[in-house]
Amino acid sequence: MPEVLGPVRCDAVRQGGSSGQESAQHDEETQSRRRELAAECFKGTKSHGQAFLFNARKTHVGQMNLEATWNGLHEALRSFAGRAAVLFCAVPLLGCSGVQSALDPAGGDALRIYWLAVIMTVGGTLIFFAVTGLLLYAVFAPPQRREWLGTRRTIICGGLAFPIITLSALLPYGLIVMRDTDVPKPGALPIEVIGEQYWWRVRYLADGDRPEFSTANELVVPVGRPIAVSVTAADVIHSFWIPNFGGKIDMIPGRINSLNFTAERPGIYRGVCAEFCGDQHARMAFDVVALDAAGFEAWRREQANPAREPATPELERGRQLFRAGGCGSCHAVRGTEANGQFGPDLTHVGSRRTIGAGQFPNNVGTLAGWIANTQHIKPGVRMPSYGSLTGEELRALAGYLESLR
Amino acid sequence: MNAPERPGFSGQQSVELPNPLPRPEGEFERLKEAWKAPRGISFITAVNNTYVGLWYVGTAFLFFILAGILALIMRAQLAAPEGDLVGHDLYNQLFTMHGTVMMFLFAVPAVEAASVYLLPNMQAARDLPFPRLSAYAFWAYFVGGIVFLCTIFFGLAPNGGWFMYPPLTGSKYSPADNADWWLLGIGFIEISAIAGAIEIIVGVMKTRAVGMSLDKLPIYSWAMLVFAIMIVIGFPAIILGTLLLELERAFDWPFFIAERGGDPLLWQHLFWFFGHPEVYIIFLPATGMVSMIVPAMAQTPLVGYRLIILALIATGFLSFGLWVHHMFATGLPKMSLSFFSAASTAVAVPSGIQVFAWIATIASGCMKLTTPSLFIIGFLFIFTLGGLTGVMVAMAPFDWQAHDSYFVVAHLHYVLIGGMVFPLFAAFYYWMPAASKYPLSETLGRWVFGLMFLGMNVTFLPMHITGLIGMPRRVYTYPVGMGWDALNLVSTIGAFMIAAGVAIFLYDFARKFRFASEDNAGNVWNASTLEWLPNGNYATRSIPSVTSRDPLWDQPNLSQDVEEGRYYLPGTVTGGREALVTSPFDARPQYILQIPGPGWQPVLAAVFTAAFFLLLTVKFVFASVICGVLAVACVIWWLWETDPGPVRPPADIGGGIVVPVYATGSVNHSWWAMVVLMVVAGMVFTCLIFSYLFLWLVNPSAWPPQDVNIPDEVRPSLAAGLYVLSAVLLARASALLRGDDRRSPRSVPVLIGVALLPLAGAAVTDLWSQWRMGFSPSAHAYGAAVYAILCFQTFFVLTSLIMGVYTIARWLAGRLDSVRRVTFDNTMLFWYYTVGQGLVALLVVHGFPRLTGGV
Repeated sequence: MPEVLGPVRCDAVRQGGSSGQESAQHDEETQSRRRELAAECFKGTKSHGQAFLFNARKTHVGQMNLEATWNGLHEALRSFAGRAAVLFCAVPLLGCSGVQSALDPAGGDALRIYWLAVIMTVGGTLIFFAVTGLLLYAVFAPPQRREWLGTRRTIICGGLAFPIITLSALLPYGLIVMRDTDVPKPGALPIEVIGEQYWWRVRYLADGDRPEFSTANELVVPVGRPIAVSVTAADVIHSFWIPNFGGKIDMIPGRINSLNFTAERPGIYRGVCAEFCGDQHARMAFDVVALDAAGFEAWRREQANPAREPATPELERGRQLFRAGGCGSCHAVRGTEANGQFGPDLTHVGSRRTIGAGQFPNNVGTLAGWIANTQHIKPGVRMPSYGSLTGEELRALAGYLESLR
Repeated sequence: MNAPERPGFSGQQSVELPNPLPRPEGEFERLKEAWKAPRGISFITAVNNTYVGLWYVGTAFLFFILAGILALIMRAQLAAPEGDLVGHDLYNQLFTMHGTVMMFLFAVPAVEAASVYLLPNMQAARDLPFPRLSAYAFWAYFVGGIVFLCTIFFGLAPNGGWFMYPPLTGSKYSPADNADWWLLGIGFIEISAIAGAIEIIVGVMKTRAVGMSLDKLPIYSWAMLVFAIMIVIGFPAIILGTLLLELERAFDWPFFIAERGGDPLLWQHLFWFFGHPEVYIIFLPATGMVSMIVPAMAQTPLVGYRLIILALIATGFLSFGLWVHHMFATGLPKMSLSFFSAASTAVAVPSGIQVFAWIATIASGCMKLTTPSLFIIGFLFIFTLGGLTGVMVAMAPFDWQAHDSYFVVAHLHYVLIGGMVFPLFAAFYYWMPAASKYPLSETLGRWVFGLMFLGMNVTFLPMHITGLIGMPRRVYTYPVGMGWDALNLVSTIGAFMIAAGVAIFLYDFARKFRFASEDNAGNVWNASTLEWLPNGNYATRSIPSVTSRDPLWDQPNLSQDVEEGRYYLPGTVTGGREALVTSPFDARPQYILQIPGPGWQPVLAAVFTAAFFLLLTVKFVFASVICGVLAVACVIWWLWETDPGPVRPPADIGGGIVVPVYATGSVNHSWWAMVVLMVVAGMVFTCLIFSYLFLWLVNPSAWPPQDVNIPDEVRPSLAAGLYVLSAVLLARASALLRGDDRRSPRSVPVLIGVALLPLAGAAVTDLWSQWRMGFSPSAHAYGAAVYAILCFQTFFVLTSLIMGVYTIARWLAGRLDSVRRVTFDNTMLFWYYTVGQGLVALLVVHGFPRLTGGV
C-alpha cells in the first residue's frame, strides 16, 4: 500500500493523482464537452429577453467605471485617498466577472442588487469626494475664502439636511429592491438544501410525476424557471450563497429558511458557505450548473435513476471494495444495498463536477487521493482516511465511483 | 449651602479669587503627602488615576500590538491561494482571537483607560470618585487578559469566531475548553467595563470643577457619559448571553439547542443587542477626543457644541435600534428588516453632524498640520468612507450579498480603524506632553501617519472588491483561480505597511516617553481645557472655578492662580485624599469626598477574581471556589475602610463656601453608583425575561412542554409575601436609623437579621416549589429558562444576604449610626431591588404560562 499511496497527498489530489492520470485526461474531455454544451445553451438564450438585459448591463458597467475613474483622476492630484479611490474604481474592471461574483449577475435578483450596489457606489464616491474636498478646503484654503464654511450653517446643511434628503431618497429605493428580491413565485422548482459540516445535502422534491431524489454538493437548475430553495442545517449554522444569483440565506438548525431566485443565464457558477461553521468552513463550496429546460430534464431523469451496474470486472471489484469497506453505512448508492444517510449520496457521484464540496475536480485520481487521505486533505471532516487500501484497490474503488454517472 | 460665587474675570482682580495669598505654611506639603504614590513593590497598589490610567492605556495598547501580530500572520497566510503557513485550526484561533482581543481587550479598555487618565484632569477633579474600583478593574483586566491571550500559545484559544454563534460553540461541536476561554475572557471585560462605566458616570456627574455646568462640560466628558450609559444598557445583554452559553456548556441547559426547544437565534439577538452598540461604544469616546483635539489644533472654539452633544445622544439612542442589521440574512420577515434598515441609515445623520462640525471648526480657525492634526484628517477620510459603506450595508438587499464577505471586513475596519485607532493615535500624540517629560517626535510622527494611512487603505480598500467577487470571511485559505489572488496580496502588503508605522511609533515612544506628573512637557499646543493646568499626583493644586468652555483661553492667568492655590480647596482638610463633589447640573460644591488611597485590597481582590474564573475554566472547581471566597473577602476588607463618616465639622474650601466632609442620600456619590449598578442588574434581568419570552415564541405550543406541570399558586404567593415582609422589615430598620443625633439603636441589626430570614425563605420556597415538580432544566428550553431566572434571583438574594450580614457587622463595630449610614443605604437599595426583581420573576415564571393557557 504505502509504495503507491505515499505520494498521493494534497497536491497530488489537486493535480489529478498519479494513479489516475488517464482518467484525468478523460475527464478533461468530458469537461470540455460540457463547456461546449454550456456555450450552446448560452447561445440559446441570446434570443430571449434576458440577453438584451445583460448586454445593457455590460454597457452600463463600462460607463460607470469611466465616470468614476474620471472623478478619481480629478481628485487624485490632491490626495492620497484619491489615489486609493482610483484603485477602488479601477479594480472592478479587472476582475468582476467570475463563477462566484456578485458583480457578474446571472439572475434578476442579483442584477437588482448589482444596480443598487452600483448606484450606491457612485453616489458614495461622489459624497466621499465632496466631504473630503470640503475638509481639504477647510484646511488649506486662505482664511478669508473659507470663512463661510466655519459656521453652524455648515453643520445644519451638510450634517443634517443633506444626509436626511439623500437617505430619504435611498431608503425607499432600497426597500423597493428588497420587496422585489427573493420573492416566492408560483410554479417554482422546489429544492431542499441542508448544510452539514462541511458539505451540502441537496434534495430535489417530487415535481409533478417526477420523483424525488437526493444528491450532494451540486445544484443543477433550469434557466428561466423560478427556483425555491428551502434551507436548514443539520449541525451548526451555515449560510447558502450563490453570488451570481442573489443574496445569501442562513441555514439555521431548527429553522427552515427559503431563498427564491431565477437563473437567467446558463453556465457554471459556484456557491459557498458564508457563515463560519468550524474547521473546514473554508472548504465548503458547491457547483451550480444552470442548464436549459431540456438539459435540466435530461439531468433530472438521469439522477432519479438507480446507480449503474459495473460494466467491467475492475469496476465490479470496486463495488465489492465499496461494500467490504463499509462505505454503504454512511453513503447511499441507490440500487445497491448501500443506504447510509450520514454522508453524501453517491448514486451519481461520477456525474458531478467536483468532489470534497467544491474542492477538487472529479476524476479517478482525485477520488483515490480523497479516499486514502481525507483527513489530510480536509482535516476535520467526518469521513476517516482509508489509508490501508492498496494502490490497486484504490484505483478500483475510485474507478467504480467515477463510473457512477 | 452657599452657591459658589462666580468670579467675573473682567480683568486680573485677584481679590475676587476664593483663597488669599500667601497660602499657609505646610498646606501644599500636606497635600503632596496625602497624594504621594507608594514606593517599591507597593507601587502596584497605587490608585491615582494618572498611574492606573497609564498602566491601563499601556496594557490596552499591548493587546493592540499582539492582536495586530495575529492579523499579520493571517494576512501572510492569505497572501497567496492555498497558503500553508498555518493550519486551519490555528487560523481559526487567530481570527477569533484577533477579533476578540481587538474588540474586548483593546478597543473598549483603551477608551475606558484613556478616560481614567483624562477625565478627572479635564474636569479638574483630584481623582475619580472610586479610585480603588478603577484599580480593581485594571488588575482584573490585566491578569485575565494576559492569561486569555496566552491560550493561543497552547492551542487552547477560542476558535468559534469572536461572535461565538452556537450551536458551533456549544459543547457538542466545541467539546474542548477553547470556547470556555472566550467566555472567561469576556467575563473580565464585562467586569472592568461595568466598573469603569459606573466610575465614569459618577465621575462626570459628580466630580467637576466648580461652575463647570453641563453646558460647559468638555465634549469629551459628554462623549464618555453617553459611552458609559451605553455600556450600562448594552453590556448586560452580553453578560446574560455569556451566562446562558456557559450554563449550556457546563450543565447542558438547552438555550440554543433546537432539538430541545432552544434557538440559536436567541444568542444572535443577545450578542448583537450588545454588539452593535459596542461599535459606537468604541467610536463615541474617539469622537470625544477628536472634539478636544480639533479646537486645539485650529486654535478656535468648537463650532456647534450643542449640536455635537445632540449628535452624541442621538447616536447612543439610535445604536440600540439597529442590532438586527447583523442578522439580515437569518431569514427574518421583510417587515422587520425594513425597520432596521431605516434605523441603520438614520444613524448616519448624527455622525454627519459631527463630521461637519469638525470641518466647520477647522474652517473657522487655522489648522496647524501637526501629527495629531494629520491623524485627525486621516480619521475623517477613512471614517467618511467607512460610514458610506455602512449606509450601503444598511440596505438589506445589498447586505444579502455583502454580509459575511470581505466587503464587510473592509467596512468594519474602515469604521473601527478610522473611527477609533486613528483618533487614538492622534490622542497619543496630543496628550503625550501631559503625561511625559518630552513630546513625541513630529518628524517620525509624519512617517507613522503616512505608513498607517497608506497601509490602511492599501489593505482594506481592495477588500471591498474581494468581497463582492465572492470571497467569504473567516476562510483559512482560498482556491486558485477565483480572481482573488492579486487583491489578497495587495491587502497583505498593506497590512505590513500598517505594522511598519506602528513599529516606528513604538520606537519613538520608547525614546521619548518618560513618565512625569509634575515636570511634564506642558501645554505645548496652547490648548484650552483644564487637563493642561499645571498638576501633580494631587491633580491641580486648587480646584478652579470655570466660567467658559475654553477656560485656559478665556480666563487669563488661570494656570498661575490655580497653581498658587488661590482657587478652591488648595490643601487637604481631613489630612487624607479628597475630591470635591459637585452638583450634577450646575456643578456647585456639595461635599468633600474622602477618597481611599493606595491599598493591596483591590489588587488582591482582582487577582483572586481572575484566579476564580481561570480555575473554573480549567475545571479546578474546589480551588476556584476558594479563590472566589478570597476575592469576596478582599472586597469586604476594602469596603471596610470606606464610608468613613463625618470625621470633622464642615470645612471652608475658600470663597466663604463651607461644605461637609460626608453626605448621605441621593447627594452621595456611592448612592449614584449603586443606582447605576441596579440599572445594570435590571438590564441583565430584562434580557433574561426577553430570553424567556423569546423561547416561548419559538415553542408556543410547548410552554411548558406536555409532561411538565407548573407549581400551584400557594407557594409562589408565599414566596412573594416573604419578599415583601423582608422589605418592610428593612424599611422599619431604616426609619429607626434616622436623625441627626448619631444614634445607633440596637433594634437595627436585629431587624436586619430578622429580615434576612424571609428573604432567604422566599428564594428557597420558590426554588423548592419548582424542584418538586421534577422537571430537569436540561430536558427542554422551558426548564432551562425557568431555572435561569431562579438562579439569577438566588444569586441576588445571596448577595443581599452577604450585604445584610456586612451591615450588621458594621453596626457591631460601631461604624454605623443615623448619620454614618451610607453602608446601610446601599444595602437597602440593593435589597429593595432584589425584592422587586424577585416579585417580577415570580410573576413571569408562574403567571406567564397560566396567561398563555399552556396549563
